[in-house]
Amino acid sequence: MNEHPGANLKFVSRKRRVREDKRFVTGTAVFAQDVNLPNMKHCAVVQSPYPRAKILSIDASLALAMEGVRYVLTGDEFRANANDMKFGLNTPEVKWYPLAVDMTRYAGEWVAVVVADDPYTAEDAAELVEVDYEALKPIIDPEQAYEEKDRLVHPAHGSNVLYDGHFYWGTVDEDFVAAEERLSYRVRWGRSSTVPIETFGVVARWDEAVDILDVWASIQMPNYVELLAATLRIPLNCVRLHQDVDVGGSYGVKRGIKHSVIVGYLSRLLRAPVRMIEDRLINMASGDAHGPDRIFDTQVAFNRDGKILSLKIRALDDAGAYPGRAPFQLAKPISAIVGPYKINSVQYDAISVLTNKTGQVPVRGFGQSPTNYMIETAVDKVARHLNLDRIEVRRRNFINHDEFPYQIPSGSKYDSGDYHTVLQKALDAANYDELINRRDAARAEGRLAGIGIGTCLEPGGGNNIFEYLMNPSAEITTFSEGAEIRVDPDGLVTGVVGTTTSGQGHETLVATIIGEELGIDPDDIRVVHADSLNAPITRSPVASRMAIMLGSSTAAAAQKIIAKAMKIAAYNLQEPEDDLEYVDGSVFVRRDPVRKLTWREICFIAHKAYHKMPDDMEPGLQAQHVFQVPGGGQLPDESQRVQIYPCFSFQAHIPYVEIDPGTGHVKILDYAIGHDCGTMINPDIVRGMVIGGLAHGIGAALYEKFAYRPDGQFESATFADYLMPSVYEVPMVKDVDHCTPSPLTSHGQKGSGEGGYLGAPAAIASAVNDALHPMGVSIHELPMRSYLIENLLNGGKTDP
Amino acid sequence: MTDAIHIHVSINGNTVTDSVIPRMTLLDFLRYKAGMTGTHAGCEHGVCGACSVIFDGDPVRSCSLLAVQANGKSVMTVEGLSNADGTPGTLQEAFQDAHAMQCGYCIPGMLVSAHALLARNADPSLEDIKEAIGGNICRCTGYVQIIEAIQLAATRLREALK
Ligand code: FES
Ligand code: FES
Repeated sequence: MNEHPGANLKFVSRKRRVREDKRFVTGTAVFAQDVNLPNMKHCAVVQSPYPRAKILSIDASLALAMEGVRYVLTGDEFRANANDMKFGLNTPEVKWYPLAVDMTRYAGEWVAVVVADDPYTAEDAAELVEVDYEALKPIIDPEQAYEEKDRLVHPAHGSNVLYDGHFYWGTVDEDFVAAEERLSYRVRWGRSSTVPIETFGVVARWDEAVDILDVWASIQMPNYVELLAATLRIPLNCVRLHQDVDVGGSYGVKRGIKHSVIVGYLSRLLRAPVRMIEDRLINMASGDAHGPDRIFDTQVAFNRDGKILSLKIRALDDAGAYPGRAPFQLAKPISAIVGPYKINSVQYDAISVLTNKTGQVPVRGFGQSPTNYMIETAVDKVARHLNLDRIEVRRRNFINHDEFPYQIPSGSKYDSGDYHTVLQKALDAANYDELINRRDAARAEGRLAGIGIGTCLEPGGGNNIFEYLMNPSAEITTFSEGAEIRVDPDGLVTGVVGTTTSGQGHETLVATIIGEELGIDPDDIRVVHADSLNAPITRSPVASRMAIMLGSSTAAAAQKIIAKAMKIAAYNLQEPEDDLEYVDGSVFVRRDPVRKLTWREICFIAHKAYHKMPDDMEPGLQAQHVFQVPGGGQLPDESQRVQIYPCFSFQAHIPYVEIDPGTGHVKILDYAIGHDCGTMINPDIVRGMVIGGLAHGIGAALYEKFAYRPDGQFESATFADYLMPSVYEVPMVKDVDHCTPSPLTSHGQKGSGEGGYLGAPAAIASAVNDALHPMGVSIHELPMRSYLIENLLNGGKTDP
Repeated sequence: MTDAIHIHVSINGNTVTDSVIPRMTLLDFLRYKAGMTGTHAGCEHGVCGACSVIFDGDPVRSCSLLAVQANGKSVMTVEGLSNADGTPGTLQEAFQDAHAMQCGYCIPGMLVSAHALLARNADPSLEDIKEAIGGNICRCTGYVQIIEAIQLAATRLREALK
């Protein structure tokens, strides 16, 4: 049964159209590529063919001689006039410039940029730039990179190790001694990413008259304008990001900071707007948008009843050549390091290494999806080892509904949940008993069939303290989000969003919550995206945080509007506020409801009739609120225990697969999912996120991989090599929801943008291994491509 | 460089005349010469379907055609799916009702493929729908709500004919 008193809600949780959709179906949305300014110049990049090489010389004379070519920028010039791009880890000698300086560090790295009057000319000219290299032997394997002393990606850094952290929470050694059973295993998460259909694009224009760098970008990241300003050595309030540009998908990766500092620099230098749009090949090879690439070595201590006592985890992550914020993806999982299970103690060794590959950026879930795959593998392995049912083992280890808030060994307090019920709902949706019959009947006919069981926690709305955990010089203890509501003299309401949007439906979120709080039809509310100089405080729509953070700040701002309306009404009706009631805009005298002030009257007074305002009240009717992360604001204790995320959503995934024994091809024939993100602000948005994330997880589980040859050459630059699920690879998912409200947010909402992607890879791996079990083999690396499975079935091994 | 070639193309019923370099793609022509920015570039190598338009009645990938090949032909883009007064047509309404999108970037291509399907098949099966949009990659939605939207549009269009 759902707990939330949904009956009291007018607009929240109701099926309503998503207001953003109209501009997309009519083709009138404006993306960065649609920004077309007079006299705009276009960029093309020159890429290094070598994964590791010294740059001996660059000769751009032929390119510059071409008609229509305006400029060629190199790394040396950029370094002389701007700073390197800084990203949070305390590794000052790992310098990242947008164009290679002295040496190149991955195949495809940008060495120069050509600027021309049109993009066709720019690309032709880029081919005429002559670069002399001295090729060096690259370092590609992350385990070798960890040990390597001489072949260094950033020689000045002194090693290839970016981060090597050790966490020890609770009585790990004692629990391992006390446990009746132990097992260990290795799983590998392959290098994939989110790969939005829109590549990254940016347009910049320097406005000399007002000292402002105007930027239109396909961006989704925190600290973007800060990074731009710091890198270009201009004051922060000289950067104006236009956030009304739609972003064609991101899920974490739209972080074209290097593209942006290049066009920012060039637009000022050339006194003309400059645009850079990645083509797909650049996007894949050198847009710096790859995701985690991780090896886990895990030990589990457990008892014969299936109860898991302790985990020892070693995670080795290959961050590529320029890591950005990628290493922090080892730290988010600390917030849910035991998943939805009551596990008493954990040891976690987190290592991030540099290799000569494309740099890694944050990807949907910020490291949680690989980690969840590792945790769920442990549970399946325990069940297999003890010959217990995988579902029963989960039930025995789940935190119970009545145990929340529940604190895990790493210090996170989970806000709320009902894992047993959601799993049961998913099993019911899957028709689990029939599904078992179907699998067994398929097996009896000689087919390879398997059912997957996978659950996941989705931490949402974090406070950035993971940065401090990995770099104690970064004393950042909040990641707040502001909202602004303006009411005009006619009583019409406008909400302001302070960030870009990339499909999350922020305008719908804000309109729905303002409507709910003020009792006004959301369709009558306008919502605008302010530019960064006009915007309320924002940390951008990352970390499943907008429903939690923007939703709660919007609700609080609306309450401030109501509070002011009450004061105006009390003054004019000459009644104490306690005797008044706000209903759908009007304020009534409770005992005599014919005496009231209407919304229009209140708004008119606030804006124009100062003589009817209480003494010293500020004219107008508008409010801002900045919401602090619930439970945030603390530094970790001496055992590195800390609350990072306030809200924890939960999902249970039940896929059914069959494998072609000849080719190893995995076909997902059915898929049921139960999800609980507390109160859904808009159920259609949540459903889309859940199923879309799940489809993304299918890609990570079975198909998507940025592959490198041992010599460091990149092999996945096209959509023919990097395979994303089409409609044929995604089944008609059966989805059921459940609502365990969060006590920490305005309406009980939690995050929902990541869970599908967090649960699906683990669940599909579980299904594939269930199907392979009768053959006596199993696979522990993603993506589980056909040839790997075929090889296994033919008696070969895979080596994760 | 080869000289520009003069072409005229009927786009959503209006003839656009311009000179183009021979290697300009139809996609770039639509976006940068004709101002039809609803058509999007996803891969520019013929895989993702984001650039789909109707070309003389059939859905094609405008990234894989040259503008000069469209000389004298008619092209319909997502902008042409709206009613004459600019309001969304039945298919576009159904996509909104089913919330068949998130970032919206693939949606013009999806709509074009779905439009071509419904123009020749008023009562498509699930398999028909999959075949029609099998060449359109959507990273956001997982396709379920897109399929539901096309089914909804098909039902509404059939009912409108009754
Ligand atoms: S852009 Fe034409 S198929 Fe991808
Ligand atoms: S809606 Fe974003 S790619 Fe389809």
